[in-house]
Amino acid sequence: MAVIEKIPAAKLIHKIPGGGFFLTTTESLFKWGKASSLWPMTFGLACCAFEMIAAGASRFDIDRFGAGVFRASPRQCDVMIVAGTICVKMNDCIRRLYAQMPEPKYVIAMGNCAISGGIFYYDTYSVTKGMESLGIAVDVFIPGCPPRPENLLVGLMKLQEKIRNEKDAAG
Amino acid sequence: MRPDEVFAVIRAKFSEAKEETGTNGIIIPKESLLEVSRYLKNLPLAFDNLHCITAIDRKEKMELVYTLYSIREHHGVTLKTYLTLEDLNVASLSKVWKSANWLEREVYDLFGVVFLNHPDLRRILNPYDWKGFPLRKDYSHPELIAKPRL
Repeated sequence: MAVIEKIPAAKLIHKIPGGGFFLTTTESLFKWGKASSLWPMTFGLACCAFEMIAAGASRFDIDRFGAGVFRASPRQCDVMIVAGTICVKMNDCIRRLYAQMPEPKYVIAMGNCAISGGIFYYDTYSVTKGMESLGIAVDVFIPGCPPRPENLLVGLMKLQEKIRNEKDAAG
Repeated sequence: MRPDEVFAVIRAKFSEAKEETGTNGIIIPKESLLEVSRYLKNLPLAFDNLHCITAIDRKEKMELVYTLYSIREHHGVTLKTYLTLEDLNVASLSKVWKSANWLEREVYDLFGVVFLNHPDLRRILNPYDWKGFPLRKDYSHPELIAKPRL
């Protein structure tokens, strides 16, 4: 198998027969680079955070997909993995962190709590009913309570797919 | 010391202390709570660790529960105080045990019991602008979605 077929964006790359270089659009190259180098934020809210940590550690190794550099500052990130229950007291904090992230930015809602409130949907006064009720658009939802690290990796690949298929280039 | 021995020591000093039926809890009237606490902190009982403060809303009254432990003597005791719903004020124990500071803030936050002479009586778990006291039986919240009963 040729090396070119192993590249995720292989369809976007056209090889000139016998040539030592290839032609592509700068857009698809940028998008490929962007998707292959996501910088998530260190941001665990509840038990889903442990699955995220496990995904970051050597056994599941999220670094294989280029998203292993968890940064402790929102200003250095482009993916916010909301891993866990969002308490009402946390609302302002999440909004502020999201606003501090530079564009382009993406949000992964990991686990049932971040999607809709999960098991805290009924009879709870202190839990926000999911990420979208905060007015923040979510790119990928990963259901599960909590989702396994493999599910997070699948969600990450879905996000990469989404970035590669984005309409405008530089974002 | 066994719980009944602890009770006997307290009873010898404070005649108003009663034993709760069914538990090993010791009921103290709220007026003498501070005095009893100061006595318990020192020898001979030496309760140096205030484990937990919580409250129970019994609808007709509010029950305050203090769980104490002695690291030095390896014995424990449960103190209880009954408050009427009209007068939810009680003396703060934060001068006696430092751990009472945050524990009392928690009880204030969730039950609305006011601790007099507390150094910093703010909410601790809920947002500072929160309305109401969530663990009271009559609490309701506009965004609370009741679970459908099948």
